[in-house]
Amino acid sequence: MKIRHTTGGLTEKIPIDMTPMIDIVFQLMAFFIMTLKVVVQEGDFNIKMPAPSSSQNATPPLLPAIAVRLEATAEGRLSAIYAGEVPLASSDELRDYIISIVGDPSGPNSLAKEQEVELDFDDNIRYEHVIGAVTAITGYRNSEGQVVPLIEKLKFAPPKELAPAQ
Amino acid sequence: MKYSSKEFGNPPEVDWTPMIDMTFQLIAFFMFTLSFSDADINERIRLPNSELAKPPDQKAEKPLTLQLTKEGIVLYGGQEVPLEGMSRNLENEAEYLIRQHTDDPGVVAGATIILRADAEAQGGQVRRLIKICQDAGFENFVLRAKEERR
Repeated sequence: MKIRHTTGGLTEKIPIDMTPMIDIVFQLMAFFIMTLKVVVQEGDFNIKMPAPSSSQNATPPLLPAIAVRLEATAEGRLSAIYAGEVPLASSDELRDYIISIVGDPSGPNSLAKEQEVELDFDDNIRYEHVIGAVTAITGYRNSEGQVVPLIEKLKFAPPKELAPAQ
Repeated sequence: MKYSSKEFGNPPEVDWTPMIDMTFQLIAFFMFTLSFSDADINERIRLPNSELAKPPDQKAEKPLTLQLTKEGIVLYGGQEVPLEGMSRNLENEAEYLIRQHTDDPGVVAGATIILRADAEAQGGQVRRLIKICQDAGFENFVLRAKEERR
């Protein structure tokens, strides 16, 4: 059978209805936009802190721990930092003090791996100040932006009501 | 001035191709950036900043995430638990780990507590929570902070 080509027959374009596809695509877009979460990069500080009772049998440390204490105002803001009895003005000074004790962390004679730090703080201090001190104690970024690790052995002083009587 | 339909003829055909291209590109972008793995992240917690905070190189072993709000409430396993009530929960968690890993006596000590505490939470509450974890046998802690860009 011969198909006759006539004007207005098979040569005419069939219009595709795009509306359903665009509907679906926009629905997908709306879903993804609404579920989009801009997550800020999070980082970790790894701390090994066994309970005091279980660590009693462990070998005593070679070096006495550096006692760092943070004091707070009534509103929980940082008011003073002490390393032992030495008052320090800021986290940067705390870092410099730690480096002065353990030596250059990139040097061969650094005590950073062996030295322990016990961090004590007022109960009402804001946690951000605690993390600020933990940052100063555990390392810093050099001029190239590389992380230079400092103290690895960090522990928190026991809670006040549980602290042993002196 | 009046236009007659005869003057303009058929309505012009719209070319949808660029718009569909763009839309599919956007969909692809959103699909790739979609993440379901952050189920443990609660938006109520505003983490403290730290210049040293960087994403961990390897996944924590047997992680257990505890989130402490600035009001002193612990968000744990989808529920809100006051600090005092965490002792029982963590003991149950430790018992569960021991039952699951009967061949590993140090399983609780080897597990990792990921602590996401709010920047305005009290340091004393964080310390008490750590003490409760220690009493339940946990020894490894990860303090989580937000990466601070300088």
